[in-house]
Amino acid sequence: MRNLFRKEPPYVTMPGRARSTSPDAGAGGESLWVRCENERCRELLYVREFENNLQVCHKCQHHARVAARQRVRQLVDDGSFAEHDAELAPADPLDFDAAGESYTERLTAAAAKTGEREAAIGGSATLDGVPLELVVLDFGFMGASMGSVVGEKIARAADRAGERRSALVTVSASGGARMHEGIFSLMQMAKTVTALAALGATATPHIAVLVDPTLGGVTASYAGVGDILIAEQGALIGFAGPRVIEQITKQKLPPDAQRAAFLLEHGMIDLVVERRELRPTLGRLLRLYSTVTARSAVHARP
Amino acid sequence: MSSRAPVPLKPQDAPQPAAWERVQLARHPQRPFTLDYLRLAFSDFLELHGDRVVGDDAAIVGGLAVLGGRTVMVIGHQKGRDTRENVLRRFGMARPSGQRKAVRLMRHAEKFGIPLVTLIDIPGADPSLMAEEGGQAFSIAENLLAMVRLRVPLISVIIGEGGSGGALALGLGDRVLMLENAIYSVASPEAAASILWKDGARGPEAAEALKITALDLLGFGIIDDIVPEPPGGAHTDHGAAAAALQSALAAQLSALAEQPVDELLERRASRYRAIGVFHG
Repeated sequence: MRNLFRKEPPYVTMPGRARSTSPDAGAGGESLWVRCENERCRELLYVREFENNLQVCHKCQHHARVAARQRVRQLVDDGSFAEHDAELAPADPLDFDAAGESYTERLTAAAAKTGEREAAIGGSATLDGVPLELVVLDFGFMGASMGSVVGEKIARAADRAGERRSALVTVSASGGARMHEGIFSLMQMAKTVTALAALGATATPHIAVLVDPTLGGVTASYAGVGDILIAEQGALIGFAGPRVIEQITKQKLPPDAQRAAFLLEHGMIDLVVERRELRPTLGRLLRLYSTVTARSAVHARP
Repeated sequence: MSSRAPVPLKPQDAPQPAAWERVQLARHPQRPFTLDYLRLAFSDFLELHGDRVVGDDAAIVGGLAVLGGRTVMVIGHQKGRDTRENVLRRFGMARPSGQRKAVRLMRHAEKFGIPLVTLIDIPGADPSLMAEEGGQAFSIAENLLAMVRLRVPLISVIIGEGGSGGALALGLGDRVLMLENAIYSVASPEAAASILWKDGARGPEAAEALKITALDLLGFGIIDDIVPEPPGGAHTDHGAAAAALQSALAAQLSALAEQPVDELLERRASRYRAIGVFHG
């Protein structure tokens, strides 16, 4: 019975670029239509409507992946976002160039593809007038793997949030570590959590939003220790990815394994929200914490 | 200082073995594991069990022991010596229950001001559905946070394989040491090869490219010192390997015991906050 369902997984997580419902799908060709990337749906969607619906299929509710800058626009007050640390650019600490895989070439290609210098965007903004520090990862940039720049941007955003006593909101989608930075990538887990510990000592909240997909060292570091953990509906979230688990354990995973609802059921996260509910939910949280932060800070334990 | 400790390593003396050779040595089935060191380098070890929630993960062992006249808490990954034991211990691949047992023992150490020694020897955290159901990622993240804040000296030693987040989950030491033939990597070479080249068989190339040997990591400033192994590797002489570890730990423990705990925590935070290489 389970095998019947396995033939068509509910969401294909790595669709080909050409048929993708990502925002750049229509660029150049100016196509007015995109297809839902959910293999069981494949609905033809009018681009404008699809964008207005925050890149969620109106028929099957499949949440397509959203580029980081688009996500920022979806989440904060118009024109309020002031980017920080945009000058940070990746280095190549291992001189990684092996078996046809060159880190500098990969970085160049990722920059050309996304128009970003790295996989994280950080800045200050307001939501319904309440200030916050925001970091969003861009899955299109090398799977938003966490190298030194991503780690530093998150740490700096946490520092700023602490100084300003503004909540930190992180929106993560990531394949995990960036292999090309080796041990420096692994150590970003330590770095980001260290910065969050300092933020925690000021009783300033960190709201971690995990969207599709969030895996490996990102879930297992800053994104996993949010004071509030929110998963976007349908998002794949975990440590080891399903492909790795199936390869190693020779065990077929149930189709809903490691999806947002599965994590909620197992008690790992606070909330699962649809994309359209994400902004209002963040707004409510920011308001709830805005009245308690100053008082709690007095009692905060380092 | 024990007279059995081998001569300190001199990197410039001879050509170093290739990274892949180190990987083989780090994984040698006869290499001393955590419980061997607890028997040979420490005295009076009393194992403490359980995460107080669901179980007792045999892939992580921990308890009180004495080193250099001091009571310490030791937590380490434990591999099995044979197939039967590895069914139980999963080659040291900890699960969330093991991570939570580790945090419980860390907090216990903190309550009594007992220094913490962690011995790291894990190919990588357990990749299974059961581990995911138990919140593998979240338990590792909580361990990291606990170590950042832990108000006792913390020494981490990679004794064999330091594999990915599973290794780091015991690794935020005030001092981080590696045995001479240990490896420490963002992912196992095979996993990295699979990610980079979609070919897990290219582990040797990944091992080289990822720069995972003790000498590499000392050069990067990620670790503080290398604990020498007997010629041929730690598996050739468990006693000598344990003696070298004991003298290294005793020296570091004495140095850390002198430091006021607030300064210790500040230094620990600065250390990890500073790691990263980028432009701008």
